[in-house]
Amino acid sequence: MLSFIVRRLLQTLPIILAVAALIFLMFSVIPGTFASSMSDDGRSVLDAEVMARMNKEFGLEDPVYVRFGKYIAQLATFDLGTSFRSRQPVADVIAERLWPTAQLALASMLFAIAVGVPLGFIAALRPGSWIDTFSMVGAVSGLSLPKFWLGLMLMYLFALVLGWLPSFGYGGGSLRYLILPSIALGVAPLALLARTTRAAVLEIMNADFVRTARSKGMSESKVVRWHLTRNALVIILTTIGLQFGTVIGQAVVIEKLFSWPGLGSLLVDSVTLRDIPVVQGSILVIVLLFLLINMLVDVLCAIIDPRIKYT
Amino acid sequence: MTGQPILEVENLRIDLALGGKRFPAVQDVSFTIDRGETLGLVGESGCGKSITALSLIGLLRDPLMIGGGTIRFNGREIQNLSASEMRKLRGNRISMIFQEPMTALNPLSPVGRQIAEMFVLHKGASWNEAEKLAVEALASVRVPAPERRVKDYPHQLSGGMRQRVMIAIALACGPDLLLADEPTTALDVTVQAEILDLIRELSSAKGTAVLMISHDLGLIANMCRRVGVMYAGRLVEERNAEDVFRSPSHPYTRGLVASLPQLGARARHGRQRLKEIAGVVPPVSAFPEGCRFNPRCYASTERCRAEDPGVTALGDGSFVRCHHHE
Amino acid sequence: MKFRANLVIGGVLFAGVIIAGIFAPWLAHTDPVMDANLLYAEEPPGSEFWFGTDAQGRDIYSRVLHGARISLTVGIVSQLINTVIGVALGLSAGYWGGWWDDVVNGLTNMMLAIPSLIFALAIMAILNPGLTSLLIALGLTNWSFTCRLARASALSLKSQGYVQAAKVLGYGDIRIMLTQLLPNMLGPIIVIGTLGMGGAVLAEAALSFLGLGIRPPYPSWGSMLSDARDQITTAPWISIFPGLAIFMTVLGLNLLGDGLRDILDPQARTRRA
Repeated sequence: MLSFIVRRLLQTLPIILAVAALIFLMFSVIPGTFASSMSDDGRSVLDAEVMARMNKEFGLEDPVYVRFGKYIAQLATFDLGTSFRSRQPVADVIAERLWPTAQLALASMLFAIAVGVPLGFIAALRPGSWIDTFSMVGAVSGLSLPKFWLGLMLMYLFALVLGWLPSFGYGGGSLRYLILPSIALGVAPLALLARTTRAAVLEIMNADFVRTARSKGMSESKVVRWHLTRNALVIILTTIGLQFGTVIGQAVVIEKLFSWPGLGSLLVDSVTLRDIPVVQGSILVIVLLFLLINMLVDVLCAIIDPRIKYT
Repeated sequence: MTGQPILEVENLRIDLALGGKRFPAVQDVSFTIDRGETLGLVGESGCGKSITALSLIGLLRDPLMIGGGTIRFNGREIQNLSASEMRKLRGNRISMIFQEPMTALNPLSPVGRQIAEMFVLHKGASWNEAEKLAVEALASVRVPAPERRVKDYPHQLSGGMRQRVMIAIALACGPDLLLADEPTTALDVTVQAEILDLIRELSSAKGTAVLMISHDLGLIANMCRRVGVMYAGRLVEERNAEDVFRSPSHPYTRGLVASLPQLGARARHGRQRLKEIAGVVPPVSAFPEGCRFNPRCYASTERCRAEDPGVTALGDGSFVRCHHHE
Repeated sequence: MKFRANLVIGGVLFAGVIIAGIFAPWLAHTDPVMDANLLYAEEPPGSEFWFGTDAQGRDIYSRVLHGARISLTVGIVSQLINTVIGVALGLSAGYWGGWWDDVVNGLTNMMLAIPSLIFALAIMAILNPGLTSLLIALGLTNWSFTCRLARASALSLKSQGYVQAAKVLGYGDIRIMLTQLLPNMLGPIIVIGTLGMGGAVLAEAALSFLGLGIRPPYPSWGSMLSDARDQITTAPWISIFPGLAIFMTVLGLNLLGDGLRDILDPQARTRRA
């Protein structure tokens, strides 16, 4: 098992390096620097001398390959650079935002798993029933909803009309503030999990080994408990891992809508302000999180499915 | 008690529901199996032999269902048993071995556990006791080092070993009837003989009757005293095994026998093409009028196309279903 | 032919959006950008303004109709770019193999590691906001599934007899890929493309909502919603109708994709997407 984890880590490393190179190169061909973007605003008009000084201060005058070399050397020491705007280390800026985003992503995935997986199971065990039709129509609708619009509607209904929950903000991490954004963010993975679970269970229900289990004289509920759950879990876990990426990506919009002080709103703000080191750092951290979660999922799958280790 | 057959099937009919219509995939099938006896069932794929076996153990699934007839097991009609009554028989008194040992076992469960389930389900054993019994069961199908093998997962075993595990599962509770549906088709030729010997030996030791299903007439002749030949959902001939070879009655059976290669035939008669039966088994939705074999039959006449042949008894329980039987 | 509810409903919804987009200038009551009139600001839906008016007094019904043009353009064009990239990379990688396959594989793995909305956001950060930038950003970030599919199909198809025969006949590689391999993987690619179009419509709306896509006053559904939060207490209809339009469009595309999958890619039901 340990060698499996090490192998997975080694496979992940080139991807992280490639992503770092990509986002570095993307932003080194960017037309205009932070200094020039500030003057575009019209609010803080800088003369050429100040711009040159700022570009020098942030090392933007060196050729691209020199800057990339410096960048990678910095990354190796977990130094993500300095924010153009706040002049704080990017790592510190991001660290501040990490927990709220983690809270949001975890809460919405928990919501999605707690509702989506049982729904998919029930639908698959009674194919063609009203509950199957209802949940699959619901699932395709859930996948089609724009998340921020759903958030807006939830906000309108539960915060403004009914007044049950706060409309937006972090509220110091209080649970009441977490509910609406997590639901808005969790509906799409919920729908996808329900569909995947249903498809997986239906497929396994038709597998030869389930027929063997039935031929043993096993009741349907024992067939499900002894032979279905474990096998479906591998597929469900993989979906959960992949959905984490989507959730972290979509969190950008939801955080912005609910004024949630997470990585997503940091990213959007930094993109708007062209605070490139923060943009690069946030994307890198998001990719890292996503890859870590998928590694965790792979390890869990390898524990459940003994065939994985050997292939 | 003795003298009563373990299984009596009478006029069994299995329907296939397709687009609102019901087609008889299996019709007028009657046979009996005595205690400890081995009955062979041969026919091409699609002739209905596998679903006949599945119907006996109550495992037909949509769109297939029993459309009529009776199945008496131990003198008791079982075709209308409730699901929970049927579960008490299934695995316990009637068990089944399937064709594909690669997929018939759960890939995520150790084989010992999959055997142990039988003792938990039917013998009221605790998991601890059941795991110990599983080791014995694995030893009885001659898997080497059973106490280590029980912890293995199916993908760690060869096809032959997996089929041994399946046999251990099927015979775990010492059933009265074993349904073996092409148990060796997916295996290497050398392993086939070992598996067949194992089935023969263990079933006779436990007094288990066997319904051996195969497309391989040679295998059936080797294993069984009596043979039923199925074609397009019907039992067209039932005979003693040696009679089937010596004097096949039904033109289809004759075709099957003629298509077998015979050892030494080349030395005696020179090089000859093996005989084949022209055509293929018709699909359930397009069974022909009259005798179902008539489009492929060399002896087909007007009568065969118009009139369904009934059963002609040939003595000692044998019969043939043909207008022109000899 | 069996009645396929998802195909029919999806087709009708999508056709409706296409009609709305094409005929928007004739169906709309007012000019979507110019006809602002603060006298009619935040009018609720009624006989004059079917969907109500926004804070600048513009007719939401007319703006939603015109929004269909932007959403359809973005959805269709960006997904077309994705499909072309994905097929070109996947097909050639699967067919040629070797170092090129390794390169494409690495690229695909990298793409899969970056959530596509984040990637599109990063591209929008470099480019100036606007339709062209959106098409580029969304067209470059969602080809990995098509690529994987094309690669897998090419791998399994290239050993088929008729492809080998074409090789023996001296057909060029490009010709074999386009005439022998591509037609045989088109079904699943169309399915992924249809579903991807829905994703692109959602992504456009999200980016415009964040102010990084289509900028106001142009009537993209997403940008219409970006101002709506502030008026949601006083004028919820400003939020409701553009959102419904996005929902209906994407629902149509998703149902269409599911329906097409049943017809064009029967194995996918068991293979799970």
